[in-house]
Amino acid sequence: MNVSQPSPQGTGETGATSEFLVEARGIVKRFGDFTANDHVDLAIRPGEIHALLGENGAGKSTLVKMIYGSLQPTEGRFFWHGEPVTIADPGTARRLGIGMVFQHFSLFEALSVTENIALALTGDHDMKALGERIARVSRDYGLPLEPRATVADLSVGERQRIEIVRCLLQEPRLLIMDEPTAVLTPQEADQLFLTLERLASEGCAVLYISHRLEEVKRLCHASTILRHGKVVARVDPSLETAASLARLMVGAEIHSIRPKQPRTGGPTRLYCDNLDLAANGPFAVALAAVTLEVRAGEILAIAGVAGNGQSELFDALSGERRVDRPGAVVIEGTPCGHLGVTARRALGAAFVPEERLGHGAVPAFRLSENVILTRDTLVSDAMRRIAGFLDFRRAGKTAARVAQTFDVRKGKPDPEARSLSGGNLQKFVVGRELDRKPLVLVVNQPTWGVDAGAAALIRQALVDLAGEGAGVLMISQDLDEIFEIAHRIAVISRGHLSPGYDAHVMSLEKIGLLMGGAHGGPAHVDEAVKLREHDGHAP
Amino acid sequence: MRLELEKRPERSKIMAVVSPIAAVVATLLTGAVIFAAIGIPPLKGLWVFFLEPFSSLWSIEELVVKATPLILIGIGLSIAYRANVWNIGAEGQLTAGALAGSLVPIFANSWQSPLTLVAMLALGVLGGMLWGLIPALLKIKSGANEILVSLMLVYVAQLLLDWLVRGPWRDPHGYNFPKSVSFDGWQTMPTIGDGRLNWGILFALVAAVALAVLLRRTMKGFEIRVLGEAPRAGRFAGFSSDRMVVFAFLVSGGLAGLAGVIELTSTVGQLQPNISPGYGFTAIIVAFLGRLDPIGVIVAALMLAVSYLGGEAAQVALGLSDKAARVFQGVLLFWVLACDTLILYRLRFVPGLPAGETAR
Repeated sequence: MNVSQPSPQGTGETGATSEFLVEARGIVKRFGDFTANDHVDLAIRPGEIHALLGENGAGKSTLVKMIYGSLQPTEGRFFWHGEPVTIADPGTARRLGIGMVFQHFSLFEALSVTENIALALTGDHDMKALGERIARVSRDYGLPLEPRATVADLSVGERQRIEIVRCLLQEPRLLIMDEPTAVLTPQEADQLFLTLERLASEGCAVLYISHRLEEVKRLCHASTILRHGKVVARVDPSLETAASLARLMVGAEIHSIRPKQPRTGGPTRLYCDNLDLAANGPFAVALAAVTLEVRAGEILAIAGVAGNGQSELFDALSGERRVDRPGAVVIEGTPCGHLGVTARRALGAAFVPEERLGHGAVPAFRLSENVILTRDTLVSDAMRRIAGFLDFRRAGKTAARVAQTFDVRKGKPDPEARSLSGGNLQKFVVGRELDRKPLVLVVNQPTWGVDAGAAALIRQALVDLAGEGAGVLMISQDLDEIFEIAHRIAVISRGHLSPGYDAHVMSLEKIGLLMGGAHGGPAHVDEAVKLREHDGHAP
Repeated sequence: MRLELEKRPERSKIMAVVSPIAAVVATLLTGAVIFAAIGIPPLKGLWVFFLEPFSSLWSIEELVVKATPLILIGIGLSIAYRANVWNIGAEGQLTAGALAGSLVPIFANSWQSPLTLVAMLALGVLGGMLWGLIPALLKIKSGANEILVSLMLVYVAQLLLDWLVRGPWRDPHGYNFPKSVSFDGWQTMPTIGDGRLNWGILFALVAAVALAVLLRRTMKGFEIRVLGEAPRAGRFAGFSSDRMVVFAFLVSGGLAGLAGVIELTSTVGQLQPNISPGYGFTAIIVAFLGRLDPIGVIVAALMLAVSYLGGEAAQVALGLSDKAARVFQGVLLFWVLACDTLILYRLRFVPGLPAGETAR
């Protein structure tokens, strides 16, 4: 095999042992007529950080689910230290020493962090001691967690930490990470890389799935690239460029985004005036005097670490949570703080929430039905309008149009939303809103967990929308994305929003400091550094 | 080799149809085994229990009469459960509807016109709605659990009925029996033919079709389904969970009230301490057997009505205990739930040793 050899480990070739910790040989997985994995070979050495690359639908998730025992291969075998194994279920995988952090978390929202972790461990546990252990491990690895916090009140980023810590407590030999940095700040991602490198140096292998090719280049020792269920290349990512990796994944050049139009200073589309919003849970964030303005033709990005008030701000802007003072939120000149989401849509606003499944779309509904979700004018002719009859044919046509315009890949004409991959569903959810030609678009984490091709398409759509004169407010944790398409950048921290700065005067460092809670202009950065040290934050 | 459940990417359309049929077949086979085990010839047992109810016009009519309240309550509960609103107190709403409907014959006993019946039915619906409104309002105003409140209100309604028929509403000429005056003329439901079959079934069928259309074709039905499947997405669509709680209790309570007053005006004929053999609770099973779909509920209600009649027949012809009906209801529910698994999952055989033995 043509695997690169950056890590020197190898346990010798005597007996049944192998230089590889885990090997997949000739793995085939079929779902009905669809072949998700077609004779895939994969080999990972102990202490190696191995990237698994591929577009959405390339078969990455299917492969790792088989390694983790939640799916069974149709053909082919797995080997653990050279011995053939059947990984019958996740319990078997855990006993072998395989831990996995999923892209979609499997946590019980009503339970605390400690309780969730205890559920994944075998045997009885003293909850108090376990809580202390969680606090210690999470602190050691730079993934701070409050063991008693209820999961429902935690942000996506914090929920991911639970999953990671849960794996770390089991002292895994192989850690599988599915899109781990999608929800982290640069600083948090750096900390995670340190964690992973430390684990690797301790001999733990890491199978790392990511679309962020720069971080793969930087972190990973080896890579296997899948396209349409087949292995198309095995390369050492550090010897490649992001562009060459992308070409291998997609099989063609990724379109670079056409440059954004300069800001024109058109009319104000969305205005927020000293918006206050009380926290609606013990761990939720209160919004304090949030003021922002989005004008026609511009993209205002709101950067920030997960759980600093982004979802609250989104809810307040969309009208899912209302405020008493109408003037706190103004859409197209109409004060609407007291109005609900339907009234705000009628003013020309459109919204794309962070969570695709269960918020932006109903998982068990077909795409055509999900079209109706944000377009309740889809009632047929006037007579029927009175009785509220829905026009499913028109909904179906809209769904088909959105799917075509936004290249939503699906197995059948009108599938259930949950059967789409993350990237395809996100393209659909964004496309559904853009299909209405909104004047104002508020979008939260537009490309979270989305492959490079889909992300580029979505970003291009946002740029084009602004170019056509709409105002776009993009809440995002992906700083590359923000710098790529935003005209102005504001940072949210603990429910406070910084003023918006022109993108070209902002730097990663300044954003990082504002994320840490420094407010006022960039001139206050020195003060901010002191503040942060005082606060006990790692720089 | 071992058997494994594998999640399907989507619900299987074929299994959605095959599953209930498979469940009925499996129930019959299980029934045959049970009969054989207690020394009854299986075919004779099955005949008495499941087929005799269909063998005479009389028993088919009786089947429909028994299914009527189950359909009315079952479709209402289906709407509520679809919307994720857990009304467990249909029996209480049924009782409240019967009480409200009785206001007419008790306080305006001499009023006899078709409008008398209309007024009684309307009051019945209203009574059930009001009784359902109590848990709904407590839920949205103070967060009280609607399961507990609606269930406890069943006993309040039954005790109220008990007090009324023993006290103020007792028939003065009734020799102190705990019964109200007997209803007659337009205070009772006209029959179809000369048996026990009455207009009630028509109300039930019309209501089922109306709710099926509502659920499938209208914005309100869409709202019900969205809020039940994904409340967060429902809020995103601009729907209100609170308003849905009220709506669901009004619909399910009103239909239970209607079932109560129809029972009262057809088979019971006067107020008495017991007016329902637990239709409000049995309808919960009916709603789930019918897949929370109004048309499915019609079929499910007939199936449970069979088990009631079959149970009575088995007592007479086979000397079985009246608990036999419960056993078959339980077996049926078990198989339906088991077969329903196959809608979202498929079975497959996995070569190799069982889990655990391979880990070493």
